[in-house]
Amino acid sequence: MSATAAAKTDWDQPGFAGGEHHEPSFIRKYIFSTDHKIIAIQFLVTSLFFLIVGGLLAVMIRWQLGFPGAPLPGGDLLPDTMAPGGIILPEFYNAMVTMHGTFMIFFAIMPLMVGVFGNLLIPLQIGAGDMAFPKLNMLSFWLAVPAGFIMLASFFVEGGAAGAGWTAYAPLSADGEYTGVYLGQQLWLVSLFILGFSSIAGAVNYVTTIINMRAPGLTWFRLPLTIWSLFITSFLVLLAIPILAGALIMLLTDQTLGTTFFLPAGGGEPLLWQHLFWFFGHPEVYILILPAMGIVSDILSNGARKPVFGYHAMVLAIIAIAFLGWIVWGHHMFMSGMNPMLGTTFMITTMVIAVPSAIKVFNWLGTLWRGNIEFHAPLLYSVGFVSLFIVGGLSGIFMASTPVDIYIHDTYFIVAHIHYVLFGGSLFAIFAGITFWYPKMFGRMMSSFWNKIHFVLTFIFYSMAFFPMHGLGLEGMMRRLYDPTQYAYLAELQPWNQFISISVFLLAATQVIYFANFTLSLWKGEKATANPWRANSLEWSVPSPPPHGNFERIPIVYRGPYEYSSPESDEDFYPQFVPPRQKTAPRPEPQPTAD
Amino acid sequence: MNWLLDPSFSTFGPDIDRLYYIILVITGLVFVLTEFLLFYFLFKYRKKEGRKAEYSHGSTKAEVIWTLIPFVIVVAIGLMSVSVWDQIKNPVEFPNPDYEIIVSARQFEWDAIYPGADGELGTEDDFTVLNRIHVPVNEPILVHLEAEDVIHSFFVPDFRLKQDAVPGMTIPVWFEVTEPGEYILGCAELCGIGHYRMDGMIVVLTAEEYREWEAGQIAFHSGERSPDEGDVVASRGDEEDSDETQDTGGP
Repeated sequence: MSATAAAKTDWDQPGFAGGEHHEPSFIRKYIFSTDHKIIAIQFLVTSLFFLIVGGLLAVMIRWQLGFPGAPLPGGDLLPDTMAPGGIILPEFYNAMVTMHGTFMIFFAIMPLMVGVFGNLLIPLQIGAGDMAFPKLNMLSFWLAVPAGFIMLASFFVEGGAAGAGWTAYAPLSADGEYTGVYLGQQLWLVSLFILGFSSIAGAVNYVTTIINMRAPGLTWFRLPLTIWSLFITSFLVLLAIPILAGALIMLLTDQTLGTTFFLPAGGGEPLLWQHLFWFFGHPEVYILILPAMGIVSDILSNGARKPVFGYHAMVLAIIAIAFLGWIVWGHHMFMSGMNPMLGTTFMITTMVIAVPSAIKVFNWLGTLWRGNIEFHAPLLYSVGFVSLFIVGGLSGIFMASTPVDIYIHDTYFIVAHIHYVLFGGSLFAIFAGITFWYPKMFGRMMSSFWNKIHFVLTFIFYSMAFFPMHGLGLEGMMRRLYDPTQYAYLAELQPWNQFISISVFLLAATQVIYFANFTLSLWKGEKATANPWRANSLEWSVPSPPPHGNFERIPIVYRGPYEYSSPESDEDFYPQFVPPRQKTAPRPEPQPTAD
Repeated sequence: MNWLLDPSFSTFGPDIDRLYYIILVITGLVFVLTEFLLFYFLFKYRKKEGRKAEYSHGSTKAEVIWTLIPFVIVVAIGLMSVSVWDQIKNPVEFPNPDYEIIVSARQFEWDAIYPGADGELGTEDDFTVLNRIHVPVNEPILVHLEAEDVIHSFFVPDFRLKQDAVPGMTIPVWFEVTEPGEYILGCAELCGIGHYRMDGMIVVLTAEEYREWEAGQIAFHSGERSPDEGDVVASRGDEEDSDETQDTGGP
């Protein structure tokens, strides 16, 4: 895959610069759009909505845990099937725990990572006019919408929403008699099944686009790490989602047609569900974190005004994580009754997967080392990511050790771990990414001042909320308890649960700052120039926001994306699209330079 | 509440705790080192006008070092874990138990089934105790863990013991308690609306007390003695929706 291979692509096909001149109607432009930038914004709006839904569920969960049995303020608005008199019912609590995880993972973080940044950045950063299959891309979004609607609607059907956890362990999830939830669980399955098609349609597009449509000169090792991470992530999506789809179908027929794939009474195997779910579920974890790693690498390099330290090692680490991610799923099942010898095998692979994560952390530190660090808001969020991801990575080692996991499995230690990785990790990277590419999406800057206030408060309240959860886990507090004070030894910890709950309320309130900043900046934000962050990759060569078709002329790429502070440039950045000064490189034929 | 663990009361508890502390020290050092470097670099290399960042793309030597060292450390932690894990979970390495019981979990209670007078499980004189599992101290106990409806998880924090109970499977679990007393048994796997109140108790008695308790139970269940407030009458599939453990189970 070289510059010459890419140069053979037919750049005159529709979708590229000059290919489409007509002005599309409002509906074609903003609703049923095939423009990847609009689709990215559509995904952004819907997934921020679901982020709010998931966040409100978290607040209600924390209310119940901090103040069990006390009427939820404003809770009388909820129907009596959920919270009569504002007092949260156990079945509603289980539904909230299930739906908080489901919304956050499938409808907030995953589409934010893959739907928003994948759509926005892949064509722009590789110098393409749009995705390879723009209509498939539109379909991808419009499949996600009904999936989200069905999931939301399941709260309001008889029996309420699914209450078997986001992992939907059978037999609890396989027969409504165990939970009292029939239709809610079935809608949960159908919704995720539809969403799977959306993810696959997106991933097919990303892989094809990245392989075929890179601008001339944009070799594999000149790709920004964001693109590398999205490329590898797309393969994980393509391979993992069908496994989930198969498992969902089996669970749905157990629920509705009387099959017994997971019900032992009819010869089924409860552990089969767990194997299938985690065979999908562990790659899914990396689907949620790999793009974050790519985004953070790009932003740290930009903020430090310094090339990414160990670019090739970073690429290899992404690939290594993606490979190893397929053979660690059993570490979710150490206590499941699976053969203990398998436990040992999965422990070793899980230990090994810590290595590429460590490599990434050290390379991020190396990127900052001897930089000239500009503390713009996206850099702060990225530094927050690194700082919190370290905690999440290290706490993983405790659980990887099978004997230690005997004690902390299914306790608040794992709740702390998952939130360090998905909130401290993924969500901080999402804040970084949205802030960084906001000008490219909307043509205006977010308020840097309010971003920084938001960052500081979020970091503090986040740490107050989630760090003590490690301690609760080490005291033996189990997950998913409607009322922990039922256990005498946990009742003693109630002050900590209240402290965590209040921290979560403050954390949630702080997010209003971000949403207000996001919304108001659409109209009031400072107008953005083409390249406000003085960055190197191709999206900064076009106006903010870029026109339909993105590039006036297909850009030619002369170097890697991280040439900050290069001695060959008078400034402290050297964009990929700027021709070298030396006459030795005639314009249309780019010379490879050191990556 | 802190990073130290409460004392454990099973024979393998200290082995788990030792591994935990080894990992705590290693990860603690890495945490302090990396977070220190992060904040030190942010401070030291903060933007100064007129300075350019160093134009460096990395160092192969550094990559090799920080690949190999973490690799050796995590694999070492893994290897240290293997023997402890096998000792606790691998049936081949279980000690020979004199005491065997069946623990059967269901929404939202724990049934403990004892062999009765003939000392054999699965015979007619087996008797069942609800939610309060009595065992003797300083003896390896073998539990055949079962579940009737959904997955539950047998969790005794003070023993550092956890094992899912899966319907359709009988999973062997063993433990040996080092001090008499009452230890809380909890359910660690979401099992339905009553998950939060599926608590029980492991009542650990001295050898003599245990013999007395067992004899009393055998007499009671064979009808030779009328029930007193210490007896828990339970039949499997009991419809009574009570999570209350009887609070005077022992002698």
